Amino acid sequence: MVENRPWLTFLQHFVLLCGVALVVFPIWIAFVASTHDGRSLVSGVIPLLPGDLFFENYRTLLSEGMAGSGGGPVWLMLFNSLVMALSIAVGKIAISLLSAFAVVYFRFPFRMFCFWIIFATLMLPVEVRILPTFEVVANLGMLNSYAGLSIPLIASATATFLFRQFFLTVPDELTEAARMDGAGPFRFFKDILVPLSRTNIAAIFVIMFIYGWNQYLWPLLVTTDESFYTIVMGIQRMVTVADSYPRWHLAMATTVLALLPPVIVVVVMQRLFVKGLVETEK
Amino acid sequence: MADIAIKNVIKRYGDTQVIHGVSIDINDGELIVIVGPSGCGKSTLLRMVAGLEAISGGEISIAGRVVNRLEPKDRDIAMVFQNYALYPHMSVFDNMAYGLKIAGRPKEEIRERVEKAAKLLELSALLERRPRQLSGGQRQRVAMGRAIVRNPSVFLFDEPLSNLDAKLRVQMRLEIRQLQRSLATTSLYVTHDQVEAMTLADRLVVMNQGVAEQIDTPINIYDRPATVFVAGFIGSPSMNFLPGEVDAKGEAIALAQGPRLRSISQKLGNHAGRSITLGVRPEHLQPVAEGEQDFHLEAGVVETLGADVLVHGRLVEAGAAAPQVEGEGGAGIVAVRLPGHAKVAEGDRLPLKAQDGLLHLFDPESGKRLADV
Amino acid sequence: MHKKVTFGGFGFPLLLLLPQLAITLVFFIWPAAQALYQSVLRQDAFGLRTTFVGLNNFARLLSDSSYLGSFKVTMVFSASVTLAGLAIALLLAVMADRTIKGATGYKTLLIIPYAVAPAVAGVLWYFLFNPSIGILAYLVRGMGYAWNHQTSGTDAMILVIIASVWKQISYNFLFFLAGLQAIPKSLIEAAAIDGAGPWKRFTSIIFPLLSPTTFFLMVVNVVYSFFETFGVIHATTSGGPGQSTTILVYKVFTDGFVALNLGSSAAQSVILMLIVILLTAIQFRYIERRVQY
Repeated sequence: MVENRPWLTFLQHFVLLCGVALVVFPIWIAFVASTHDGRSLVSGVIPLLPGDLFFENYRTLLSEGMAGSGGGPVWLMLFNSLVMALSIAVGKIAISLLSAFAVVYFRFPFRMFCFWIIFATLMLPVEVRILPTFEVVANLGMLNSYAGLSIPLIASATATFLFRQFFLTVPDELTEAARMDGAGPFRFFKDILVPLSRTNIAAIFVIMFIYGWNQYLWPLLVTTDESFYTIVMGIQRMVTVADSYPRWHLAMATTVLALLPPVIVVVVMQRLFVKGLVETEK
Repeated sequence: MADIAIKNVIKRYGDTQVIHGVSIDINDGELIVIVGPSGCGKSTLLRMVAGLEAISGGEISIAGRVVNRLEPKDRDIAMVFQNYALYPHMSVFDNMAYGLKIAGRPKEEIRERVEKAAKLLELSALLERRPRQLSGGQRQRVAMGRAIVRNPSVFLFDEPLSNLDAKLRVQMRLEIRQLQRSLATTSLYVTHDQVEAMTLADRLVVMNQGVAEQIDTPINIYDRPATVFVAGFIGSPSMNFLPGEVDAKGEAIALAQGPRLRSISQKLGNHAGRSITLGVRPEHLQPVAEGEQDFHLEAGVVETLGADVLVHGRLVEAGAAAPQVEGEGGAGIVAVRLPGHAKVAEGDRLPLKAQDGLLHLFDPESGKRLADV
Repeated sequence: MHKKVTFGGFGFPLLLLLPQLAITLVFFIWPAAQALYQSVLRQDAFGLRTTFVGLNNFARLLSDSSYLGSFKVTMVFSASVTLAGLAIALLLAVMADRTIKGATGYKTLLIIPYAVAPAVAGVLWYFLFNPSIGILAYLVRGMGYAWNHQTSGTDAMILVIIASVWKQISYNFLFFLAGLQAIPKSLIEAAAIDGAGPWKRFTSIIFPLLSPTTFFLMVVNVVYSFFETFGVIHATTSGGPGQSTTILVYKVFTDGFVALNLGSSAAQSVILMLIVILLTAIQFRYIERRVQY
């Protein structure tokens, strides 16, 4: 930096530590609560250090779930969330790659019209068309199914745009060289374009995995059968129960389990994810 | 091995025509260089031969087969691109093998052919590398290797050396020449660099504004340029163009700047009295003893190149007081190439003589060549 | 922007687009059209008869005090979330932009909330502020304020704002940081040579140059607070106590899904759609303008 001022460096550390504390504190407390037993939480103030029931609490939760919360064992919810997040991430990437390829590498009638239809999804988040979308899914018999949980969410303007932007930067000579080598459009897509997009695919995967994992309203709408509950939506029921019975330790353990997979994905793939996120919105 | 026939080929983009009926016959094994300024249509022409651009009119045939409607892969050609267009995610081996893989050749054959080409281009040690781990010259070789392994009847080169630094360019130029000679594959090579064009070509096509102005061997083009454009484009520094008039008897040329050239090599009877543009290359103006000159040059900028000295200046009539100023800036400036250690200073008046038989007369209207003098 | 080099064909590209178009039409365009259609209809109490009522549903909404109340709640909520979220993230980004030891560690920790679902973020803070066992509720009580978001509308609002801001800090932080890093170092050095201290540099150089990012984030945060915070509210306050945290999206959900008031819910959907379209248009204008630079 421009000058060396010790008090400024101190201020920086101080502010950033406060920020980190703000960010980490709620998660830490949730973790601590998940390692105590239910009764010690309700008697007096919550401890700040972990207890010794970590394994017991998580084992109970994963295998049996939380009594009275109307959900199955938590491992099933985690599994459902995983299926949903993976289907959404993979599905979005697949159909976005295909449609970006079509829009960028072909000239055909109604090309821009198709482009605008895809773009329209940006302006129609689930939240503004809750009821009619629910009706469509119900009429198609997709309630309480993995298809119903994921397919309606895999149309993505964001991913299509990112791939489109990237494809536009791929040099034309590569396309021509591939043509000289005898590659048709599909061969070019499979052998050249997709391998070149690896970094973007990985970045989009992280973003979309988190998007899928963190869905709340949608599973709330399309699942009534508890064997299809996802963990994020399941928490709400546990909290309602925990308010009446001393089961906060289990509710918080569920919370920790619900946030752990996406947090791990983000932290591990930090660099890719940050690049992808900042570029998607350009 | 194949010959190429380009017959009256036209390219249109909507209403704008960019290539106006070009015809070139290329013999088997020949290396033809198309040269011209940017925007003259030379790359477009090459890309039409490659099948990367549609042909709006005329006909292109390779080995006697009309290819107008054939896909690039069916034309039995290979192309080296300006920025090499190597697949960045594939190894050198895979880059070279990709076309053969698509063609469905057996694995052993692919390996054999790639290794053979790699050996020829001294790439054997680099086969597992990615393009970004290679130097510019090595990438250039891979691009050529990719063309060679396919063993095509025709090589197409689209300004393949323009991304290299000057020294490497000279080296690769020689390698391309040797390679083409030893493979004896018909080649079409596009460049804007006249040195590349002159040194590589069996025959040269000079293009300007969508027209092939002249097609001939490099030396013929240098000696007998067909138009003012060709004369000015080939040769460095450019040919000097001096407006003038043939006298009534056809024995002398009166230059508009004053001096008269008497010692012309032949009578210009059928051009007597006509306005002309006289073309004379800087290397064909010779310093002579005072009194033998056609005119004097009052030296302006003097550029010392080591082997030569280039003098830029204005013509003055023998004995005239001051140079006649014509127009602004470069207009009326004449360049002369003198031997390396000629002592010339700004303001000197050099007596010069135009060498007989090395002068060119052009029609000032059409720019077409009229006669040699 | 278009490619010069393309492939031929008509059927193949349409085939490629088919999955995306089909899903978009079935799950986006069609329901949106349905919402438009239903917004001008009214069903009787048993769902047996449907009549065309024109803009009646909209007129009713705009004279409905609970809907207008929800509008006001949304404004307060949205403004607070956006302003607080941007301010905190900007402060952190400015601090993290200066090279110091451990910067990477700070950044890694600060991006964690991005990965946390809004509903989960809501639950984390709900637990901290739980009136009987929450540690923060305990601290606030120690300062003489009887915190109870189950009975106090203000407390409930503060709770959902805090949770929503917390969740969004990472996103804002990352974009501010990217914006800061895009400012040429030479500009800041030039300002330093001109004698501007850190604070002066921030107000006269850095903040103005950051304004495109700030504007972009403002729009994104407004959209976030309007729609994505549904989970925060549903998992914690359920819009209560009373209507004190019922934002527009939450009301569409309860009116349509719980109270089964189809016409009204559809009309609310249409109004929300208009809001998103407006926000998207603003964002788009901004992006276009930025492209011109």
